[in-house]
Parts: sequence; structure tokens; C-alpha cells
Amino acid sequence: MGKLKMQSLKKRHSELANTNKQLEILSNGIFANGELPTFKSKIAETNQFPLKAKALEILQVNVGYMCNQVCEHCHVDAGPDRKEIMTKETMQQILDVLKNTGAHTLDLTGGAPEMNPNFRWFVEEASKIGVKDFIVRSNLTILRANKKYYDLPEFFKKYNIHVVSSMPHWTRGKTDKQRGEGVFDMSIKALQELNAVGYGMPDSSLKLDLVYNPSGAFLPGDQKAMKKDFKKALMEDFGIQFHNLFAITNLPISRFLDYLIASENYEDYMYSLVEAYNPMAVKNVMCTNTLSVSWDGYLFDCDFNQMLELPVNSKAKHISDYKEELLQGRNIVISQHCYGCTAGAGSSCQGSVA
Amino acid sequence: MSKTYYDPADLRKFGKITEWSEELGNKFFEYYGKVFEEGALSAREKSLIALAVAHTEQCPYCIDAYTKDGLQRGVTKEEMMEAIHVGAAIKSGATLVHGVQMMNKVNKLDG
Repeated sequence: MGKLKMQSLKKRHSELANTNKQLEILSNGIFANGELPTFKSKIAETNQFPLKAKALEILQVNVGYMCNQVCEHCHVDAGPDRKEIMTKETMQQILDVLKNTGAHTLDLTGGAPEMNPNFRWFVEEASKIGVKDFIVRSNLTILRANKKYYDLPEFFKKYNIHVVSSMPHWTRGKTDKQRGEGVFDMSIKALQELNAVGYGMPDSSLKLDLVYNPSGAFLPGDQKAMKKDFKKALMEDFGIQFHNLFAITNLPISRFLDYLIASENYEDYMYSLVEAYNPMAVKNVMCTNTLSVSWDGYLFDCDFNQMLELPVNSKAKHISDYKEELLQGRNIVISQHCYGCTAGAGSSCQGSVA
Repeated sequence: MSKTYYDPADLRKFGKITEWSEELGNKFFEYYGKVFEEGALSAREKSLIALAVAHTEQCPYCIDAYTKDGLQRGVTKEEMMEAIHVGAAIKSGATLVHGVQMMNKVNKLDG
């Protein structure tokens, strides 16, 4: 990984740090000249346009873009140089909403959510509300990054947090290529620490799931087969256990879009996504039952729309304006990046959907 | 007309062969799809066999397709290279084993 890649697009003043530029790329070229159908026309073929939001089930909260890693394909453009951090006030507004919704899942993401100074307070307060599934998306290395994080496995255990962690491959080379030098060894150590307190063990209620996303310009393979391979390799090589593996497709936005263009893979990748389009996956795309909240409290259909600065199509634009009746039934905002969630077996933050 | 015999973009058009012979084309793709399903061999093992054969057949489309297929299945570059060596070993072995035929002939004509 070159030195430049150790910085976010924003820090590098890349033109792709401008989300309008990203949206322009996704709408022009092969999608403007008719070579490939737009996502809108594709879902219209099976009468699935417009996509409508159902009742809220998953509240996904991005507590900040700061991260100790600068992964090659990060759709958040997260990194140590990002200063966008959710305040306690916004967290309180989220807690107020959470008390009055039927959402069964709270899903904290980032950046590295643990780096938010109010992370632990938020977890404590949110757990009092009692959602069925309380997820923290941990990049694993943060658990070993500094002594102040060493007790996080115990902290997660105390609040029965469902830990979901990224792991691009069971080999050092492929993992470090995507996530940075030394990430594999630190991730292995963190997984062992989580196992040591009971996470990921076969009969344990302490859920530990891994997220696999491809390290390059190709789609993820079959989730079941990947899970089998990951389980075998991590057990044999390191004695590590985990529950599920979510295979997630890289969406062509932000740093991954930058990578696709720089490596001259953009068109081929978009062809792959469109060729793998599965109308069955459209029925279960996560944007229809999820709401994504940004670090400053704004509402989006998904984390990807958040990063593209495509707000919800509703009068309620901010968590402080949240009203179920204003959001349920809204039209989901789409563009060509949405093909990433409908390719093959489909892709969501919970893995395959079809 | 293209100035080269191979165009990487042609791989995407493979499915179009059915247009000029629908029944045979469809039968081929049905068979092809079935072959690569999980069976006594895993789909991953089949992908590696296909990659090795792609090289011995020197089919650039197949090399592109099964390199990508392998990456999608989490196959490592070391595994891919070993698979190609299997193909190369059989190819060179197949050449060299004919040396016995040459030796037989020499012995017959000039032994």
C-alpha cells in the first residue's frame, strides 16, 4: 500500500471526495449510452420500481468516520484523518427514537465506532432500551490498537453485544493488501481475545460473525462455501471459532470506485454487477427495512446512500424529526451503485439476502 | 473488423452463440452449468481444474474467466499457480512420453 493510500480521499483532495462527481460517474458512460441498463429501468422490468420502505426493523448508526485503519476499499472513506464524530446530543436523540420504534436491531458502525469518546456511554444507554440484536461493527485491530481498548471484549460481553468484524481473507497477504500491513496478525489476536471471553464458541450466545468482502475487482463467492473455507482455515491455523460469515459485495462508491477507475476495472466490474443482477434479491434489499443515521444525525436509506450524500426522500430528514409515518412507505433513493446489493445472492450488512 | 483475433470484451458475448443455434447453444450452457455445480468435487476444486485446463488449452477467455472465478471463491494465487503447474507438468510429460515412441523407432530402424 503506497503512502498516498494511507490517507482518505478527502485528505488527498481527490475529485472523488466530491459525491456529485461519484454520482456523475455512476450515471454517465456505459449507463448513459445504453450499453447497460440503469438500476431504475432494471427493477422496473419486474415492476419493482419504485422501491418502497417497509416498517423499520434495523437502525444503523454511523457514530463517526474516524478509524485507526485506512482500508483500500472503504466506502466510508474513513481514516485517522477524519474528524466527523457523533456528539452525545445526537446519540441522545437516537436513544429517544429507539424507545418508540419497533426496530429489533441496533447496528453501530463507523469508522471504528469504539473511537467515538461517547461510545461506551451510548452502548450502556442503548442496552437499557433492550433491542433484540445489538450489533457493533468492529474492525478488530482497534481492540489491540491501544491499552485503553484492551478491555473491549469484556465490555462487549457485559452488554451482550453482537460483534460483527471484517476479515477479507484467511491469509495474511490478502488481508494486509486490503486493510494495511500488520492488520491480519492484529485481527487474529483480537479474534482469539474474543474467543477467550466466550465470543464465537459453538454454543455461546455471545455472537461473533465475520464479514467477508472481496479484496479486488470481483464479486464475492457463495457465502456458505466461503464460510466453510474460513472456518476450516481459521480453526486449523489459529484455533479461532466464529458463528456466521456475511459475504458482502463491494459497492462502486468512494475509495472502491477510485480503485476501480485507477485499475481500469470500472466497466468490467459494472458489467459483472449487472450480469449478476437477481430480481429475487431486490425483494429483500436492506434499504427497505433499515434506516441509516449519519454522525450528524441525518437520515439515509442505507450507509452507501449516506456516503453518497443522498438523503431520504421524506419530510423527516434528521433523527430529531423522526416520525414513523413520514418514513414508512417512502420511495428509496437509487442509483447504479444499488446493483451491488442485487448481484447474485444479494448483499446486505447481514450478508446474502436471496 | 477488429485488428486482433482476441478482444477481452468478447467474453461477455459468449452467451450470444445461442442466437445462431438456439437448441445446441442452450444444451451446451445447460451442460456447462451442470458440470460446475457442487458434486463429488467441490465447485472450488472444479474451478482450479478449469483454470489449469484453460492454460493448457491456452484459451485467453477461459484464463480471464477462471482467474476471476477463483478469486471469487477465495482461491489464493499460490493455489492458482500450483494448479497451472499441474497442467504444465502434464503438457510437458505428454511431450516427453512420446520420446519413448522416438526411441522405439530408432531402435527398430537403427538398433
